[in-house]
Amino acid sequence: MTGPDILFEVYCPPHPQPLLSPEASDGYGKLRDAYETCRKRIEESEADLILVYSTTWPSIIGHQIQAHPEPEWVHVDDDFHFLGSMPYKFRMDVEFAEAFRDAAKSRGLQSRTVAYDGFPIDTGSVVALKLLNPENRIPACIVSSNMYANRAETIVLGKSARDAIQEQGKKAVVVVVSSLSNRMFTEHIDPTEDRIHSAKDDEWNRKILEFFGDGRLEDLSQLSREIHGQIRVQKVVAYKPAWWMSATMGQHNNYTGEVLAYEALHGSGGAVVLLTPASGSVGDKEFDEDDVEHYHGDRGVLDKGAL
Amino acid sequence: MAKGEIVLGCLAPHPPHVVYAENPEQNEAFSEGGWETLRWGYNRLARKLKTIDYDAMVIFTPHWQTYIGTHFLGLPEFKSKSVDPVFPNIFRFNYDISVDVDLAEKMCEVAGDSGIITKMMRNPDFRIDYGTITSCHMLNPDWDKPLVTISSNRNAHYYSPEVMNEQASALGEACAKAIEESGKKVVLISSHSLSHRHFVTESPLPEDMSREHIYNHSQYVWDMKLVDLMRGGKMREVIDIMPEFTEQTIAETEAGGLTWMMAAMGYPDYPAEIYGYQSVIGTGNLIAAWDPMEATREIVL
Ligand SMILES: [Fe+2]
Repeated sequence: MTGPDILFEVYCPPHPQPLLSPEASDGYGKLRDAYETCRKRIEESEADLILVYSTTWPSIIGHQIQAHPEPEWVHVDDDFHFLGSMPYKFRMDVEFAEAFRDAAKSRGLQSRTVAYDGFPIDTGSVVALKLLNPENRIPACIVSSNMYANRAETIVLGKSARDAIQEQGKKAVVVVVSSLSNRMFTEHIDPTEDRIHSAKDDEWNRKILEFFGDGRLEDLSQLSREIHGQIRVQKVVAYKPAWWMSATMGQHNNYTGEVLAYEALHGSGGAVVLLTPASGSVGDKEFDEDDVEHYHGDRGVLDKGAL
Repeated sequence: MAKGEIVLGCLAPHPPHVVYAENPEQNEAFSEGGWETLRWGYNRLARKLKTIDYDAMVIFTPHWQTYIGTHFLGLPEFKSKSVDPVFPNIFRFNYDISVDVDLAEKMCEVAGDSGIITKMMRNPDFRIDYGTITSCHMLNPDWDKPLVTISSNRNAHYYSPEVMNEQASALGEACAKAIEESGKKVVLISSHSLSHRHFVTESPLPEDMSREHIYNHSQYVWDMKLVDLMRGGKMREVIDIMPEFTEQTIAETEAGGLTWMMAAMGYPDYPAEIYGYQSVIGTGNLIAAWDPMEATREIVL
């Protein structure tokens, strides 16, 4: 084997409607069905690890990795608390979490595991794990998204995940929890009237899904900054999931892409996508941003070139 | 019924480090201290609060982030454990808080009437954010007053800091009106740091004060600019430059807390009481208070 054994990747949205109120609209129901399809695929696979990167778990002290063997709580979403509570009890792969942390450190990243009773696992991770792995048949791992991290750091984090999967000899399913366009309506809406916030968001989402459908993951990674500028609310510095996802999967365009659902979630773009490594690559992009293997920290410029 | 009033406004930063450093029995982590400049400032302000007659604390927190309107805690009691998602090593706090639901509902109603999107939060499993807990614990470690937490709608993310300023002002005015109509005496709390760039590493002992300093000098200069204006009673000017300050220092004022509180208090033109300024993991933290009563207003520092 030349690389780590990553069976496939799931891209799914962070909002709780598919878990808590799938019956509230056709769209939420379709998203729920798409999660179901992914759940079955995972069940039928030989996966022994589900690795989640969640955009709704921000961190500051480097990259945090969940390492409580059985985190348990009743989670409530900040905005959608009225849809109900989300009780959870998950099974985490502690050994993998530690290997991932070590791999990140050896590539120059600040990283630590967290294992505390009552640690608040984020809505996106809870929704994904409850829908994709309801019986906890497969142990999981969740990694945070550092608020300040940009391209280099995020790509190196993806490569660290790859190192750890390989080193541990795992057969992994990689899950990325993220919206496409992430602008929600700022008022309460009737779920049956949910739609993508704007035509522009919708067009960009569809363009991204075309790339996903063609398996052009590395191309999406290269388009990340453009996507961020066009359709991402500026909560964080960049649209990082594409970088992490592609770096973790091996930075190429060789996938069979399946867009299982694309629906509005309170105005944001919610898509469930499967990417399975395949042969035969497509794409027409040329890239001149350097690949990066090791993180050396921010480059200071203030003390350079001064008179 | 007598008109309600705001009896004090507090700028109360919430790095969980200060609670960690105090070692209250509710927190599971143990420390050897740290951040005394802030803690001793908080202790002094807490003593002042003991001398003031008030019915409830109303706190605006950046760590209950909502995108669909402004939400208010709407159940009389919340009892659980709050674990900081960013600093779980230092903050795992067992809380038991009571909420002034009547006041929350009144603010929700008046804000709604003025065109602000609102929602009452009535899920009993909802977890109280660590911003609320840290600021309230430091101001009132006895936890003997009911509170109301107001979520922070993230207008700065969706639009711009200018829009945030407008919306937070409107919310502040609505809350002031609701307080007046409620007949209650209320302490307002704006829970946040000033400049807000963090170090992304932590020393092995978080309370090792030999490592603590502001992230960079530019953050410090901006923070001091604000402190000077506050000392000078120029709160209108502070709010006017809020968008620029927020952008330049990635300030936690981004959530709208200070603007909300100043609007509710009518943009004080009297000096703020300054209780302390110190950095926590690189961020700039100021404790200050606005006392509308000239007779009790002090020059603290
Ligand atoms: Fe904060």
